[in-house]
Amino acid sequence: MQPKLPLFPQQASTVAGQVDALYLFLVLITTFFSLLIALLILFFAIKYKRTPGRKAEQIHGSTLLEIIWTVIPLGISMFIFAWAAIIYFHQRRPPSNALELYGVGKQWMWKFQYSGGQREINSLHVPMGRPVKISMISQDVIHSFFVPAFRVKYDVLPNRYNTVWFEATQPGTYHLFCSQYCGTKHSAMIGEVVVMKPEDFEAWLASGKAEGSMAANGEKYFQELGCITCHRPDSGARGPNLQGLYGRPVRLSDGRTVIADDNYVRESILDPAAKIVSGFQPIMPTFKGIVNEDGMLQLIAYIKSLNEQPGQPLNNRTSPTMIRDTEVPNIQQEMKENGETSKPRPEKKP
Amino acid sequence: MSHSQTTTTEHHPALAHQFDSMEQQREASNFGMWCFLLTEIMMFGGLFTAYLIYRLKYYEAFVAGSTSISVSWGFANTLVLIASSLTMAMAVWSAQRGIRRFQVLFIALTMLLGATFLGVKAKEYYDKYEECHIPGASFDAEGGTGCEKGNIAQELVEREKIPLEAARQIARQSQIFFSFYFAMTGLHALHMILGMGLMTWLLWRARRDDFSPQYYSPVEYGGLYWHFVDIVWIYLFPLLYLISRHR
Amino acid sequence: MSTSTIQTPPQLEMPKKHYLNDNYGIRSWLLTKDHKRIAVLYLISITFFFFIGGIFAALIRLHLLVPEGALFQADVYNKMFSMHGVNMVFFFLVPSIPATLGNFLVPLMVGAKDLALPKINLASWYIFAIAACFSVAAMVLGGVDTGWTFYTPLSSGYLKTNVVTMAVGIIIAGFASIFTGLNFIVTVHRMRAPGLTWGRLPLFIWANYATSLIMVLATPVLAITLILLALERGFHIGIFDPKLGGDPVLFQHMFWFYSHPAVYIMILPGMGVISEIVTCFSRKRVFGYSFVAFSSIAIAVFGFLVWAHHMFVAGISTYSALVFSLMSFAVAIPSAVKVFNWTATMYKGSVSFNTPMLYAIGFIGLFTIGGLTGLFLAALGLDIHVHDTYFVIAHFHYVMVGGMVMAYLGGLHFWWPKLTGRMYPEGWAKLAALITFIGFNLTFFPQFILGYLGMPRRYAAYPPEYQVLNVLSTAGASILAVGFILPLIYLLWSMRYGEIAGPNPWQAKGLEWETSSPPPTHNFEHTPVVTEEPYHYGEEQEGEVPVVP
Repeated sequence: MQPKLPLFPQQASTVAGQVDALYLFLVLITTFFSLLIALLILFFAIKYKRTPGRKAEQIHGSTLLEIIWTVIPLGISMFIFAWAAIIYFHQRRPPSNALELYGVGKQWMWKFQYSGGQREINSLHVPMGRPVKISMISQDVIHSFFVPAFRVKYDVLPNRYNTVWFEATQPGTYHLFCSQYCGTKHSAMIGEVVVMKPEDFEAWLASGKAEGSMAANGEKYFQELGCITCHRPDSGARGPNLQGLYGRPVRLSDGRTVIADDNYVRESILDPAAKIVSGFQPIMPTFKGIVNEDGMLQLIAYIKSLNEQPGQPLNNRTSPTMIRDTEVPNIQQEMKENGETSKPRPEKKP
Repeated sequence: MSHSQTTTTEHHPALAHQFDSMEQQREASNFGMWCFLLTEIMMFGGLFTAYLIYRLKYYEAFVAGSTSISVSWGFANTLVLIASSLTMAMAVWSAQRGIRRFQVLFIALTMLLGATFLGVKAKEYYDKYEECHIPGASFDAEGGTGCEKGNIAQELVEREKIPLEAARQIARQSQIFFSFYFAMTGLHALHMILGMGLMTWLLWRARRDDFSPQYYSPVEYGGLYWHFVDIVWIYLFPLLYLISRHR
Repeated sequence: MSTSTIQTPPQLEMPKKHYLNDNYGIRSWLLTKDHKRIAVLYLISITFFFFIGGIFAALIRLHLLVPEGALFQADVYNKMFSMHGVNMVFFFLVPSIPATLGNFLVPLMVGAKDLALPKINLASWYIFAIAACFSVAAMVLGGVDTGWTFYTPLSSGYLKTNVVTMAVGIIIAGFASIFTGLNFIVTVHRMRAPGLTWGRLPLFIWANYATSLIMVLATPVLAITLILLALERGFHIGIFDPKLGGDPVLFQHMFWFYSHPAVYIMILPGMGVISEIVTCFSRKRVFGYSFVAFSSIAIAVFGFLVWAHHMFVAGISTYSALVFSLMSFAVAIPSAVKVFNWTATMYKGSVSFNTPMLYAIGFIGLFTIGGLTGLFLAALGLDIHVHDTYFVIAHFHYVMVGGMVMAYLGGLHFWWPKLTGRMYPEGWAKLAALITFIGFNLTFFPQFILGYLGMPRRYAAYPPEYQVLNVLSTAGASILAVGFILPLIYLLWSMRYGEIAGPNPWQAKGLEWETSSPPPTHNFEHTPVVTEEPYHYGEEQEGEVPVVP
């Protein structure tokens, strides 16, 4: 096989062209200034080579020149700064119509889940021509999701969802690297991204073995864990109603308002006392060590799916049920029991 | 470029060869001392910043952790340290005047107060040990067997009237407060121990009658160091013991 | 010791008494308070670490000859690059110029008999030696595989290697550099010879002064960060552990708060060296003295405000990324100003090409490329792609090897006659400089391309399409190794057989050249008085300055 000597990575996403344009501009600037300095030095070195009979001419400096070579590089670099910042903002803001996927990084593999419930390991199939947004979290150390052909990269942190998005433009198979050093088999934490034509992608999705969608699995899990005992849509519930919650602002008991995004939902499950919804008591037990990252993603998918159902938004709730402290142990007992025998949900998903 | 100049000065035995005069020597070492204190400020500064970030993040846990340490012991220790700063200042004053007897007296007093501080600190650490509040695998603030004394969760339930479950979560998080408590007071105590070593050396030199109105820098810098360590405590005391205890 | 009438005499003699023969025996070296001897002690120590780090580098490059990795299992490879990084950064680059050339020259250049605090200076070397013992112990006991960045939670909770030992070594080494910096600051403020005003200080002093500011202010933050890391490992206290509610990204903030300014600790003294060499071999005043001087201070100050540009993809907010990107572009400007001024200094000069000048010219070229590729990394949208790839490796090595090591070698050759009283062999030295330049570019230029292609750093194995460039890089590394070993041999040789240099072989300006070579223990027989601007070249008579063959 002839050894390959590629000099430029494949362009396979909408943003790749933008990044490359900036890169080429910077290459141009670098070449220009490097050559300028190199040629000047060579020219001076030859022209003013030490010869008998000629002495150096003493020059103290020139404020005008100093200003020129301060202001011009400053101007150029501000231009680059602005250009690069625009690309960055574009890269950090996923379009709202993006296909949402979920990724979990662990030593040393990538796991992906589709909302339909299909799962993959070290391989990621995505449709061409449609923005794809991946919410990623790490089960252990910091990893980084890097697809050179798409010019995208973002760190995958423990305890926090980071997102990355891209829109692939070329069908094909591309490298997926972990680019943040993550331990012994860091260089083996690689995979492939397969970009497919939309119809092929749909076919591939349909052929995938899925035991129910993420939301359906999440619902099942929600009941198994007994969450349903308190998080009910009726007015007597001890926990906030979760219908219509996702993505909306939530008023907290200390007066702050936060957006109920992935990170909020995750924190509320693992560390329920951290942010108490206004009008409720901090009685929820933690699910730390019980819910793993995959299960967490399913729960979030389920809560997200509740937005499509009719229900009262959280903030409109006017008569919060106050709970007396004496009741708390009973509730906890009740919840434990419900972990085994979950009651049917009052409302069926359509 | 240059002419030559020979500097003639009265030669004090303590004048190091690289200096032209005692004044230059004093200015140089003084300046060096302040640079060193700047380094120390940056070192504690990093820790303080981390503390403040986590205090914002885990406010309740910091309140709970803070409430479980003893203000009275902390306050007593603050008084002890302030008193030691006074005796240290007196030691510098006596060195400046070359009164040997007073130097020895005040340095010894300073050491005594320093030792008192460390003793009280050790007692506080021991209390924390008994309450199972040492961060790590054996940390328990929820009143497990043998750790009933340090049941922060129960205290929270009683004081804040919050449900036990939430109280236990907060109690568990207070581990991060104790991490800072031990890291900060530990680093401070380490400085105190180094300071005690420094004082021992100064005591030995003072007894030997090394210091005079012309040469007293070691006592002066020992003093600067001692005051600096004091000032760190003056910040640590409210940060760890007081500001969270507002209810 | 005015130079106005000296014709180079045919026979130069070594001074009878100088700092090297003032005293003999191990004791006289290990208990010395002479800044020049301490500089030599440091020189020996860091040369040791340079070659240790170099061996790791060679093994890394050999391993990467083939895509699946030629030599080691992945875990061993991880130790190789970690120990290469730790040794080179903390035990070679940070102390390199300040602790050797700086220690030797700062008192000479300001016309002082010694540094202000000689005991602290000796203590600094001992602290460094203790730190070195920890580092060597950590290596011998099985090494570390954290990378030189020690990112949590990997380093605190997952790796089983000697992280604490190495961290303790680095904390201790930090105090060695704090003591050096402290000494320089005090010396520059309080020990300047009569007439040596701030505006007359050599630019090497300005550069080392700026470096010292960073050493004193940033290093303690690294110390506390690594102390917390060690506590985290030892006691699981949870400040950086996400399982206990800590934030691993806070570690990155604290680590880079030191480690970004630290790269300026590593490059600023090199810039100072270049200013000295370029003026001397162009026989010219430096162009724009005050701009070059203040750009050092500007770099030191701005350097504190850019740390999070290492974290653009680590989940910091978009707006703070914006601020840190802006500041990173701002810090590039003073460096550009320096490059332009050095170039302009050669204009209408009388340029000769002795080895130090070759290194200086190499420095300017390579630092220009290294600096400009820094813009790629400061540019937010582009950094997303090149972050943590070989592009970063190439950029960092262009600045650190192409910049700092070139300056270090240039400075070592320039002041070698002052250190030892003897000249190095010019022909061999020029050859070595050329080999270094070629080998360096062949090693690291392909890595820019590799990086943009997407090869991540710290990979023990890589996809086959990256092989050609990796082979090129390894080939370059073998040439580079020759370029580094040659000086070691001929410099040692010259200590005995080199030509006698005389007090001022380059006819250079500056107080260090006004005393004998090697200087006497107390540097000057009489305290010098300065009456001139620095770099007042151009006063010498015809035929006084040798024309280089």
